[in-house]
Amino acid sequence: MASKAQSRIEALAASARRRRRLQAWLPWLVIAGTFILWELATDLFGISTFILPAPSDVFAAAVKWWKPLLDDSLHTLISTLAGFGLAVVAGLLLGVAIGSSTLVYKGLYPLLIAFNSIPKVAVVPVLIIWFGIGVWPAIITAFLISFFPIVVNVATGIATVEPELRDVLRALGAKPSDIIRKVGLPRAMPYFFASLKIAITVAFVGSIIAESVAPNAGIGRLMMVASSRFDVPLVFAGLIVTGMMGIMLYWIAEFIERRTTGWATRGQDAQNFTPGG
Amino acid sequence: MTRPFVEIDRVAMRYGGVEGTLALQDCSLNVEKGEFIAVVGPSGCGKSTLMRLVSGLWPATDGNVVVAGEEVDRPLSLVGMAFQNPTLLPWRTILDNVMLPLEVVPEHRKRLRAERPKYEQKALDLLKLVGLEGFGAKYPYQLSGGMQQRTSLCRALIHEPPLLMLDEPFSALDVFTREDLWEVLQQVWMARKPTVVLVTHDLREACYLADRVLVMSARPGRIIAERTVPFARPRSQETMVEPEFTKLVAELRGFIALARKGEEVT
Repeated sequence: MASKAQSRIEALAASARRRRRLQAWLPWLVIAGTFILWELATDLFGISTFILPAPSDVFAAAVKWWKPLLDDSLHTLISTLAGFGLAVVAGLLLGVAIGSSTLVYKGLYPLLIAFNSIPKVAVVPVLIIWFGIGVWPAIITAFLISFFPIVVNVATGIATVEPELRDVLRALGAKPSDIIRKVGLPRAMPYFFASLKIAITVAFVGSIIAESVAPNAGIGRLMMVASSRFDVPLVFAGLIVTGMMGIMLYWIAEFIERRTTGWATRGQDAQNFTPGG
Repeated sequence: MTRPFVEIDRVAMRYGGVEGTLALQDCSLNVEKGEFIAVVGPSGCGKSTLMRLVSGLWPATDGNVVVAGEEVDRPLSLVGMAFQNPTLLPWRTILDNVMLPLEVVPEHRKRLRAERPKYEQKALDLLKLVGLEGFGAKYPYQLSGGMQQRTSLCRALIHEPPLLMLDEPFSALDVFTREDLWEVLQQVWMARKPTVVLVTHDLREACYLADRVLVMSARPGRIIAERTVPFARPRSQETMVEPEFTKLVAELRGFIALARKGEEVT
């Protein structure tokens, strides 16, 4: 009997391993599949390179222009990260303030909503007037666009602390600052990381918009220049590089999230834990 | 004559403004230092409201609450509370959850950094007492509901509060776990003699644990009857099968039946 139970456990573990392996490979398979389909479609329907370049054309363009592509994407990456970093700091601070005080919430929320409704493209010319053409408009646009989701999420995390948890601390004579530190902030962390994943991807939108409106440097400028020369494969190369940078930063955010807020996502990898009995 | 440790004098509580629900009215009771009282009553009679007023979480709309000679107008750190739900912090380990009050209560907070090993040992001892030895490094979600509730009891006790407020702490548990924890609570009480106010709807629990059982009326709640529990301590499973015990429980049940109909009892 014992050996039967053991073989069953082993079979379960093996199937769990297979599932995890599939999960790890699936994204790559989907990406590879997309490229193959794309290549085949452009071939099959004879789509001209000018409309939709085949992946092989895009790859050739990327190899040919690797130097500017690398320089410009680094430039974009740095301004995006700078804007994103500012957004994290400001978003956390404002999120805590809004989440823990109804007064601040009521007072600031309409303004924030109004501000976020402004298309950021429209702000770039103003930024150029203020800061001149250079790296700052890109940083600030990235900041403006990624700041809002962080504020909203952190505020939500803090504002939705269960009253019972708050009571536990209040009954001990805790100060409001204690409650924010011991309950509000840790509780808001999963929300914060969820927002980071959104914020980092939209931060790229911000910096590339600014680079396209005020072409100075960066992947945005590269794509503007390429399209003005009708070099569509290079435009696509720029798009793909941007997508890759987005995924990379998303992964970093997700990695930090898993390390710090494992308690909130226990459902997804429950098999790593043994129940307490 | 010394003053009672907890004095609740004609307290009233109304929710939601002048026209709101009246949860408590003319509610008066005293608790002596070191006494264990239980408050029972029909559901919705304002038992939990009473707890919140005494612990200072909410201000009363009328009357006075005095604890240790001090008017309660804000939460006092001399109270340890446990609720019906464990209310543990999910991002903290069991040990860190138990240590939480030490990080908040002023007198411990200052010493915690310097004397951490001593405090940790104290928390581990408490966990051992409630049967959670070796679970300190686990997270709440890795424990069953009963084990979480034990943890919550440890958290209420760790800072050695002179007043313990227990708001139906065992009502979500199965019978076996519940009776285990009665035993644990009795041990703790006998060892340290804190003043305990236990709110419950379980009459056997009230009679097993308390020195005195107070019965509340239906809403708006006030105290309508009171019985002293005569059994010697430590009480045990045998106590609960004594005819006297059964009689007391039946009598209290009668009070509550009357209270639910809104009739007077003497």
